[in-house]
Amino acid sequence: MSNQPNHQVGSEKPPVKERGPELVVAALLMVVAGLVINDSLRVGIGWADDGPRSGYFPFFIGLLLLASSGTVFLSTLLNWRAKSAIFAEREQLAPVFAMLVPMTVYVLSMVWLGIYLPSALLIGYFMRRHGKFGWLPTTSVSVAVPFAFFVVFERWFLVPLPKGPIETWLGF
Amino acid sequence: MDEINNLMQGFSVAMTLPNLVYMLVGITLGILIGVLPGLGGANGIAILLPLTFSMNPTSAIIMLSCIYWGALFGGAITSILFNIPGEPWSVATTFDGYPMAQQGRAAQALTAAFTSSFVGALIAVALITFLAPLLAKFALRFGPAEYFAVQLLTFCSFVGMSKEPPAKVTASMMLGFALAAVGMDSVTGQLRMTFGFPQLLKGFDFLIAVIGLFGIGEILLTMEEGLAFKGKSAKLNLRVVLQTWKQLPQYWMTFLRSTAVGCWMGITPGGATPASFMSYGIARRMSKDPESFGKGQIEGVLAPETAAHAAGTSALLPMLTLGIPGSPTAAVLLGGLMIWGLQPGPMLFLEHKDFVWGLIASMYLGNVVGLLVVLTTVPFWAAFLRIPFSVIAPVIVVICAIGAYTVHNAMFDVITMLVFGVVGYLFKKLKYPMAPLVLALVLGDMAEASFRQSMLLSQGSLAIFWSNPLVGSIAGLAIVMLVWPVLSSLKISSPKLKAG
Repeated sequence: MSNQPNHQVGSEKPPVKERGPELVVAALLMVVAGLVINDSLRVGIGWADDGPRSGYFPFFIGLLLLASSGTVFLSTLLNWRAKSAIFAEREQLAPVFAMLVPMTVYVLSMVWLGIYLPSALLIGYFMRRHGKFGWLPTTSVSVAVPFAFFVVFERWFLVPLPKGPIETWLGF
Repeated sequence: MDEINNLMQGFSVAMTLPNLVYMLVGITLGILIGVLPGLGGANGIAILLPLTFSMNPTSAIIMLSCIYWGALFGGAITSILFNIPGEPWSVATTFDGYPMAQQGRAAQALTAAFTSSFVGALIAVALITFLAPLLAKFALRFGPAEYFAVQLLTFCSFVGMSKEPPAKVTASMMLGFALAAVGMDSVTGQLRMTFGFPQLLKGFDFLIAVIGLFGIGEILLTMEEGLAFKGKSAKLNLRVVLQTWKQLPQYWMTFLRSTAVGCWMGITPGGATPASFMSYGIARRMSKDPESFGKGQIEGVLAPETAAHAAGTSALLPMLTLGIPGSPTAAVLLGGLMIWGLQPGPMLFLEHKDFVWGLIASMYLGNVVGLLVVLTTVPFWAAFLRIPFSVIAPVIVVICAIGAYTVHNAMFDVITMLVFGVVGYLFKKLKYPMAPLVLALVLGDMAEASFRQSMLLSQGSLAIFWSNPLVGSIAGLAIVMLVWPVLSSLKISSPKLKAG
């Protein structure tokens, strides 16, 4: 609450306004509503011999979703000029993507490499890139944390975690 | 006095050495979760759920509910010392807690916060003890129409009680219902909305949604705020604790009011966050000296903390007796119960007496243990927050990924978690509430089943929801809750700062 961004005088780009993302999210929700309604119609929204068909309930859900997100969509469009609330400053969005992009790479690489190596790389990347740590603390933390998870999950609680070629090569 | 006997029996279940150890572990993990950004009661429990699969259900739920108490306590530490609410329900605690810390009264603020949490929870547990068996007995008479009416009440009160615009509450809720409908229809066996993807056959698990929405979403938000932990240090010693305790009885009215607000908001699914804001607003309005609020008024710490804890605790009442959770965290606990084959609802009180009363007894014990643990370990937790965010953030991402994976041992879930994380970030920024989405995702199948059964009984006529006084009054109440904002022109003024 206290660390509200202060408007920097002379910052080059204007902040991102709320109305853009608002419109996009509402539109996406309307697309979801369309999918729900369409698929409900496919499986049938009426009655069969044994009662309501599968689409009976979701159909109304889809309609309500369409109505509510449509309301947000329209009211955003109609009040477009008046809506000047700020979504985020440009300088704030940069760190969000600085998190989101490596996180996406991390999750996707887990599919092939298992969880341990990508986790070590993610922690290491963050400590070097954002924390400006030296190599020694970076390496020790990024090796120690996945190892601790290995001990806790696979050894103590016997919960298997995803493994990749390296773990197979090590014989796990 | 049946309840007292049952409760005593419950204590004998909960007071065994292993259960006490689980309690302590749970509280400690809970405080850790409450202190760390990105991990909260709901997603913390969701992540730790798989660890308890090998435990017996009573011990498991005792540990999980203690994580919850711990998280409730932990949220206050970061709010007061760092002005960073660890949990949404402790946002209101920062208003007066942080000023107190700045004035060098951190120890007093912390003691006040912990004690009021304790009081709020204790009264709520007492309420559960005596109300739950009654409600369970009453609910035994429920048919599908009554169940659907109760669910309708739950969801209507979300729309009516939320601070967010009704269209957004509805949209978020309907998205939850839509996601719940994905997969195989449990009645006809037909596939719905899978669009040919075999991964979607099982549908969306709400645990994954919770981890993504609250965990990953929160991390993204925290990144945006550019966290720099600049905290006040605190040493709690017995003298300050006792001094503060001596002051507290004069605020008995604040305690009572806040507990009432909390219990009401917990049972109807308002949840802890709105309860804390509401209670803060009421305390300020009722105060003789409203100007002092926001500048380090101890009542400004007491009111939101009492209400948040009372709400958090009483949210378990409808979860246990009706199988309808009052908050996302209660929903996660409900999911846990179902995994162990315990179907929450009135039958639980008949068939698994040991379990129910063990849990209720553990709520009393857990809060006592929690109070002692937080009072003695504050400096340690504050030190935790001094670990740089560049280390904490990736570790939390890893924890979330592990949590999402272990639910079903499926990689697809980890990818889904990431998507939910982005949705969570956008929803939070655009003020779509997330609790209705989670609850709709949890209750979707149940609501649909009871709706379809009701429709079968009535041959498709909605009149069944007004067919007898019981179902009629619940359904009527639901409508009242839905249009509540229109009905009440009397609005409680709340602080300008919004949750989140």
